[in-house]
Amino acid sequence: MAIRSEPLIATARLPRRAASVSGWLDRESVFSWLMMALPLLFLAAFVGYPLVYGVLLSLEDRPVAQPGHFVGLKNFIADYHDPIFWRVAINTFVYTGVATLLKMVGGLGLALAMNQHFRMKNLVRALLLLPFIVPTVLSTVAWMWMLDPAFSVVNRILIGLGMPRPGPSWLGNPVLAMVSIIVINTWRGLPFYGITLLAGLQTVPPELYEAATIDGAGGWHRFRYVTLPLLKPIILIVTLFSVIFTFADFQLVYVLTHGGPQNATHLFATYAFDIGMGAGQLGLGASIALTMLPALALLIAALTLYMRRQ
Amino acid sequence: MGPGMITGHGRIEGLVRVWLPVGFFLVVALFPFYWMAITSIKPNAELYNARLMPLLVRNPTLKHYVDLLTETSFLLWTWNTMLVAVVSTAISLVFGTMLAYPLARMRFAGAGLIAMTVAAIYLVPQPLLFLPLADVINRLDLGNTLTSVILTYPTMLVPFCAWLLLGYFKTVPKDLEEAARIDGASRLQTMRQIFLPLCTPGFISAGIFAFTLSQNEFLYALIFLTKSSVRTVPVGVIAELIRGDVFYWGQLMAGALLGSIPVALIYSFFVEHYVAGLTSGSVKG
Repeated sequence: MAIRSEPLIATARLPRRAASVSGWLDRESVFSWLMMALPLLFLAAFVGYPLVYGVLLSLEDRPVAQPGHFVGLKNFIADYHDPIFWRVAINTFVYTGVATLLKMVGGLGLALAMNQHFRMKNLVRALLLLPFIVPTVLSTVAWMWMLDPAFSVVNRILIGLGMPRPGPSWLGNPVLAMVSIIVINTWRGLPFYGITLLAGLQTVPPELYEAATIDGAGGWHRFRYVTLPLLKPIILIVTLFSVIFTFADFQLVYVLTHGGPQNATHLFATYAFDIGMGAGQLGLGASIALTMLPALALLIAALTLYMRRQ
Repeated sequence: MGPGMITGHGRIEGLVRVWLPVGFFLVVALFPFYWMAITSIKPNAELYNARLMPLLVRNPTLKHYVDLLTETSFLLWTWNTMLVAVVSTAISLVFGTMLAYPLARMRFAGAGLIAMTVAAIYLVPQPLLFLPLADVINRLDLGNTLTSVILTYPTMLVPFCAWLLLGYFKTVPKDLEEAARIDGASRLQTMRQIFLPLCTPGFISAGIFAFTLSQNEFLYALIFLTKSSVRTVPVGVIAELIRGDVFYWGQLMAGALLGSIPVALIYSFFVEHYVAGLTSGSVKG
């Protein structure tokens, strides 16, 4: 009897246990953590771990494909005494600062120009966004050809307009090379600013402009005291985004100038690549990349907190 | 000029006010693409003749395209790029949803922290990660496999999709889900059968962005893929079409143009979704 009754009890219990398991699974916290577990593990393995490992690498003398050994802050001290490193730091700040300013001002201009009524507006908007969506490497190759030392179409147009031959050496002159990468970064990023700010402009209630006009405000005053304050949150978010990714830019410079001439356009990312991959000094390269961290961490924290507040 | 004074003069002034600035922006934005296109169909004799007016083509030819497709591995690179973009986009949409749904709908301890962490990870730029990741990929023995980039692209795409979807999920009304819950559906059933089908526009937006970002990726592909047979288009074009000091500009421009077409095509179909995602304030610039 006892033997036969056991399965009976088991089958009687089963639904209850199943119900309690599904009840447990239905708790919000259990469901949430189970759902998020896999993606969180993935991010921990491929973002969290490399970040920590990068810090360890930066403290090692570590040639490629060889075991490294701990050297403390030696790599960072080497960076400190490396004149190219300081050149790179200045380049990165100039590049980020000027390109961001140009994108912000130009993007605002683009948004204001687009914020009028005209035909084919959607088509124009779609076309204007093309520089932003086409793979950067491919459009940069086109710019490289446009600035070619011998057959630059930019120079041929300038010469046609009266500039003396042979025209500027865009990628051969240190200052002009910096100008070139800034212009191309602006060309690519400006539509992002423009279209985002345009969306912001379209949320400004027309009554505000009417009220300002009745109060006697001219075009500039309406812009300064109505448009700009209302756009401020969007401008801030877009700018922080843009600063983060301009500061850490790699593609454009790697393709166009490779950091040259005479390191005039090397940025943190391209220099870290050259040292880490090119020269095979993983530890030293990691230390260069990590010097970006304080500024980036500050920017990321600011943007994350700001987006959360929104 | 008052609103009642639409004269011929006013109309012209209006057109100038619109098209002078808009036209300027259009010319600047599109000229590089025009230059790509026209270079790719010029015979070499015209390309490297400094005496000809460069903005027009006299004897158009498809030679550069034929050479590109027959003499290089361009088609293979295109296939690799597509495969990687599609798979990593799919992974990222699934993982992104798995993160975004609980964050958008559930109350649990730590939700705020996870949301912040995901946003912060999204903002971590690649140059901070590529050297340690190169070593990780090496140790996993994944160098020169498409798996290496399929595994690493989602590091940027998952947080991005999660963030964009989180914003979208919050705009979907809760009524249907609550009704399903009252009818006894489990949380998983509610999510899969009731909620997710309502979110197609959000998935399209996130998917297009993820696809575009994968097509644009260069740094990981450059480091992990050094064999021609596994390269993606951007790396193949840079590593193999630029040969020493001799540039094959016709072929290069043909490659740049063809490589841009998949993204441009998808973008043109879903431009409204793209703009909607862009202006939700969660896209990299």
